[in-house]
Amino acid sequence: MPELQLILLIIAMVLILLPTAAMLVWFERRLLGFWQERYGPNRVGPFGILQSLADLIKILFKHDWIPPFADKPVFVLAPMIGALAVLMSFTVVPMSPGIVISDSNIGLLFFLAMTSMAVYSVILAGWSSNNKYAALGGMRAAAQTISYEVYMGVSLLGVVMLSGSFRLSDIVLAQQDMWFVIPQFIGFVIFIIAGIAESHRLPFDLPEAETELTAGFHTEYSGIKFALFFLGEYLGVMLISMMVTTLFLGGWLGPWLPPIVWFLLKTFLLICFFVLLRAALPRPRFDQLLEFGWKWLLPIALLNLIATAAIKLWGGA
Amino acid sequence: MIAESLFYLSGAIALIASIMVITNKNAVHALLYLVVSLLALAMCFYLLGAPFAAALQIIVYAGAIMVLFVFALMLFNINSDDIKRESKWLQWQGWVGPALLVLVLLFEITYLLQFHPVWSAEPVQLIDARSVGTLLFGPYLLAVEIASFLLLAGLVGGYHLAKKMPDKDKQT
Repeated sequence: MPELQLILLIIAMVLILLPTAAMLVWFERRLLGFWQERYGPNRVGPFGILQSLADLIKILFKHDWIPPFADKPVFVLAPMIGALAVLMSFTVVPMSPGIVISDSNIGLLFFLAMTSMAVYSVILAGWSSNNKYAALGGMRAAAQTISYEVYMGVSLLGVVMLSGSFRLSDIVLAQQDMWFVIPQFIGFVIFIIAGIAESHRLPFDLPEAETELTAGFHTEYSGIKFALFFLGEYLGVMLISMMVTTLFLGGWLGPWLPPIVWFLLKTFLLICFFVLLRAALPRPRFDQLLEFGWKWLLPIALLNLIATAAIKLWGGA
Repeated sequence: MIAESLFYLSGAIALIASIMVITNKNAVHALLYLVVSLLALAMCFYLLGAPFAAALQIIVYAGAIMVLFVFALMLFNINSDDIKRESKWLQWQGWVGPALLVLVLLFEITYLLQFHPVWSAEPVQLIDARSVGTLLFGPYLLAVEIASFLLLAGLVGGYHLAKKMPDKDKQT
């Protein structure tokens, strides 16, 4: 029964991904504490490991409040779009040879499509809140994600060119001789930068910059809806790490250990790297962020694409 | 069989959503219905055997162009007055002309389908990214070039609108 197996796999994925995303909040806070020479949350359970559970219980019992001046249906819809769009992207990620929900021949495009859908969550949240901070955050999010989506797509085309396929498992198998991080190093760097900007994580969290916009697009959100935004953000971090692993770091390939262990190990190290970035880098100004994108990242990504195409045409093939 | 019923389901969703786009009085809600309609269309493309076109439909139309529309609408600050004004515009007299025109189209298509069926019962042919690419840069190269002209013109226009005007006082 392939259908039954598929349904079981989907259920297992959701049951693993959601708690992992919640645990990631605790993990990030502990790691940040470690780098900033303080403890972080260490009270609930051994090493504070149950902190996320405590937070979850608190957040579930909060009053699910919708501001009277908000656009109600859109206000309720916005957080769900974000979490769902990110969750959908996990369907095309091949974790090891057998473990993938849909090994589609447009897998990479599906990932890009779902990232562009996730933008709606933030924009609509900002608009429907009817609050100037939220609106500013939503507008920043729109400009930032639309711009960085462009470089993200262009930076991936080199990988597609080298592997000759949009299917993610083909891309992994094409890296058996050499991980794409070496021939596509520029694409790798641009993809990581764009990935952080897409999931609006620090240092590119300008849509929710708390020093200037209180909390940006989710200023009016509380309780379970706020938790959904949080969930979407941490799922996004996991997704970007998995995509970098798949596209540039050889996915499940590696000696001795079973494939799934290699995949999870690489993903875990990348997540730690994202947390380190958060601890190490200050937030740029918004115009600096966009200028950096359009004036530096886009030309470099295009040059990388042309160079890859030229080498592919003259060299191999 | 399942694919066929899925196709008709997404087609129906696209239709209903499109009707909601026109009749909805709140501009942002109407735009959201338009996004739903585009997604349903992408689903139709996929089921017709064009996965690449489906993905591009989502990335370009639903993902980029509609986001820009929502972005522009956010700046308009729509309130209940606008919705009232919108409902004044949506009276039945406005529907007569379009309904008549669509009726003519309906007659045309029923006539064509009834007496000159052009489709064939060939199985669905999968059109992947490679064949789209070879078509675009083969027989349809001219169309691609013309589209790039249009985009360039748009870019130049946008640059002109956004650039800083030279200060008149300093010139004189």
